Amino acid sequence: MKIGVVVFPGSNCDHDAWHAFAETLRQDTVFLWHDSASLQGADLIVLPGGFSYGDYLRCGAIAKFSPMMGAVKKFAQEGGLVLGICNGFQILTEAGLLPGALVRNVGLKFVCKTVPLEVATTNSPFTHRAVKGQTLALPVAHGEGCYIANEQVLDELEAEDRVAFRYRENPNGSMRNIAGVLNRERNVMGLMPHPERAADPLMGGTDGLTILESALHAGVAVSRA
Amino acid sequence: MSETLITPEVIAQHQLSTSEYQKILSLLGREPTLTELGIFGVMWSEHCSYKSSRIHLKKLPTESKRVLQGPGENAGIVDIGDGMAIAFKIESHNHPSFIEPFQGAATGVGGILRDIFTMGARPIAVMDSIRFGRLDDEATGARNRRLLEGVVSGIAHYGNCFGVPTVGGECVFEESYDGNPLVNVFALGVFHHDEVFYGKASGVGNPVIYVGAKTGRDGIHGASMASAEFTESSKRKRPNVQVGDPFTEKLLLEACLEAMRTGAIVGIQDMGAAGLTSSTCEMGSRAGTGVEIELSLVPQREAGMTPYEMMLSESQERMLLVAERGREDVVFSVFKKWGLDAVEIGRVTADGMLRVKQNGIVFAEIPNRALADEAPKYDRPRTRPLRPAPLDRPTILRGTWGADLKMLLASGDVCSKRWIYEQYDHQVRTNTVAGPGAEAAVVRIKETNTSIAMSLDGNGRYCALDPREGTKLLVAECCRNLSTVGALPIATTNNLNFGNPERPEIMAQIVESIEGLADACRFFDVPVTGGNVSLYNETLGTPIFPTPVVGIVGTLPTSLPIGISFPKVGLRVVLLGGLGTADARELGGTQYAKVVQNSLWGVPPRLDMEYEKRVQAAIRELVRGGLVASAHDLSKGGLAVALAESGFGPENIGADVKLDSDLPPELLLFHEGPSRILVSTPNPEEVFRLANANGVHAIEIGVTLKARVTISNRGEVLLDERVDELKGLWNNALEHLLHNSVAV
Repeated sequence: MKIGVVVFPGSNCDHDAWHAFAETLRQDTVFLWHDSASLQGADLIVLPGGFSYGDYLRCGAIAKFSPMMGAVKKFAQEGGLVLGICNGFQILTEAGLLPGALVRNVGLKFVCKTVPLEVATTNSPFTHRAVKGQTLALPVAHGEGCYIANEQVLDELEAEDRVAFRYRENPNGSMRNIAGVLNRERNVMGLMPHPERAADPLMGGTDGLTILESALHAGVAVSRA
Repeated sequence: MSETLITPEVIAQHQLSTSEYQKILSLLGREPTLTELGIFGVMWSEHCSYKSSRIHLKKLPTESKRVLQGPGENAGIVDIGDGMAIAFKIESHNHPSFIEPFQGAATGVGGILRDIFTMGARPIAVMDSIRFGRLDDEATGARNRRLLEGVVSGIAHYGNCFGVPTVGGECVFEESYDGNPLVNVFALGVFHHDEVFYGKASGVGNPVIYVGAKTGRDGIHGASMASAEFTESSKRKRPNVQVGDPFTEKLLLEACLEAMRTGAIVGIQDMGAAGLTSSTCEMGSRAGTGVEIELSLVPQREAGMTPYEMMLSESQERMLLVAERGREDVVFSVFKKWGLDAVEIGRVTADGMLRVKQNGIVFAEIPNRALADEAPKYDRPRTRPLRPAPLDRPTILRGTWGADLKMLLASGDVCSKRWIYEQYDHQVRTNTVAGPGAEAAVVRIKETNTSIAMSLDGNGRYCALDPREGTKLLVAECCRNLSTVGALPIATTNNLNFGNPERPEIMAQIVESIEGLADACRFFDVPVTGGNVSLYNETLGTPIFPTPVVGIVGTLPTSLPIGISFPKVGLRVVLLGGLGTADARELGGTQYAKVVQNSLWGVPPRLDMEYEKRVQAAIRELVRGGLVASAHDLSKGGLAVALAESGFGPENIGADVKLDSDLPPELLLFHEGPSRILVSTPNPEEVFRLANANGVHAIEIGVTLKARVTISNRGEVLLDERVDELKGLWNNALEHLLHNSVAV
């Protein structure tokens, strides 16, 4: 599988995502520059964490206008796999590829710590290797990770089994403890926690590998809602 | 050259003495212009010239087989093997952080990061050492809480966005910092030996290129310059604290490292204090060349700036570089890719002069050497160090030991700093093997099997009682922290925070402290590769405690880290180094004296450096050999606090400890004698064997058990507490202090 890690000006978890896929999981992994519209034949696009365009205006608000995001949108619409982590999740909501929005944490402070997450669905290319209800310990590191959406959207997400992860200890005030969601077609997932930071025992855990390895073996059939 | 007339008042406003002005006249052979006076004023300031400390800093050891670059460059460089090296340094931003805590601290982080990547190294770790007045003081508490909140969010804002993990540090609260908080930031970067760049303007005719953010009027020359004579052209009064933009800095980092890889860059330096001034004359002086710049070419944020303002601006996120003539375009295209300004503003000349023009008119023409190397040096008079405390102890008020322990655990200096470090991204770049709260921070180097351990430590109380011995204790403590995670200490950086050097009793503190630093760094073979001196830390004539802050780095093979906390029940608890000795005077600088007795007296704990070195050798062997299950050095709060903290792992494993000592309980439990490390092990015989082989004591003092910490001496139970209760106090104390409620 070929993985493309998008680099926006201000991305700062791009090397971490690259390291997890290229070095830990030994996959062909390339960086994709924001100013280009070529995905270089990647099968999985990763939008990494960081502060794209300085998070000016709103987190992820400027990134959606880049040539790269135009290509990613088209790729997603054609069924390609897209994983947005942290700032990448914020970009996906701004770009309209995922519903809802990420706003300032209720505590008003940046929060960096490892939190327990519930795997809310295994019916996705990103979670099929997990067990439903399983707890994964993943680090969060964000100032604007509070997931919000209107009641109708939240109900719909739950009814369609599109909540991928829930916080067991909510660090940011996210509605219904939502930590990660899927699009309707289930080929796009965004989450605030960082699986790439939990992919090496030296970093204190490997629970993130469950997600990354699921994506690598996404050929396994996923039933579309 | 038509500028304001130079009068004695103008000279004084630039903080230049009469004799310094005479020296300027003789170096120039004429009267300076106002721009020139401003340039001299900054370059010869204490901050840039180290004029009060320079002759004493020469006493520091600066060399070893590993040191590739000692003091004098933007950062020191040390070899870590496998063709790799690290660059690291510490800088203070004390005064700006007091005026505007958020931006003051943020730009402090920005400045030290530029010092690292201007050498070609990618920053991979930051640590911060911050000191404030008391949070619960009736008069000053509200302001101190606001300062703490502002400084922490400023550091978080800059480091998190830039993408460097803040992996450790220290935070202290003390009355002495009420009117003068300290914000010292350490940064460390990594690179290959052949990727090192220096701040040298070599090659006559080479283009001088300005890159990064535009120049504005921010940060111009401190409060002294806000007087009427100089504001005709600058109309509005500007805040003197600079404003940082970590996003621009991140772009600057990536662009600089990429431009360096093209091979077209000859020399590069960040624009720190008095940005354009220091970068031009220092680069010229190092290379023995001249630098000529045309200010009208400099990217500017506002119109109508005078040469004076532009040369003294401290706008952030700017760098000056010298490229190979003919290859400028390669450099320009890299900066264009990252959306940053890059403009040729001048060239390297052969005449050794800093020549500053605006629209072709010369506003300054000064020999580079005069600015960078001929700054005045003073051997300021000194007497005996100021001593703010009595030698003998007051009447000790005895409470109950368990309650005393709780007070200590819930005190600002000892309690968990979770509230602070959870605001810092301490994991970005996925190298943090051991982060905040660990004995020492450990960051792996992905390209090799080597990790870097680092520790930052200060102790104003010890140094107030004895600056020389206090400073030695800091070096010993940092080296012990590194050894306790299995690392070999290799090099030092330091930030010397003191009061007014023109007061002989303060100058004496400075000299004693530097000499103590020199002795200890030589003894532990951790040469000093750079640092920073911050003087005049006084408010209304009250100086801060002398506060040298020492940062030491070490190397170890990359592996799973050893923790502080007891991992399971049934392990034997051994005190490597023994119980130590102390008398009543040596209790006076401890946390027990501060928190429980609300007092300061006596002398710092006694340090035997020979013994300390052997203890460190022993613990390194034990940790690297996997012979201990946990290791925690005894420092603030002594044995009782170290034992309690060892219980604060996820499982609340405490210990039952039985001692056999002549020491009175307050000394036995709370003295802070060095050279002691608490370990747990399934195999105490191995610990004894290695302790013996290194010539140090080791005594078995107890066994780990579930949920309780008990300490008794010769059958008398001194304390018996629940671990979860102690942990709760320790864990939440800082939030309680911030919200002005009582923790105990």
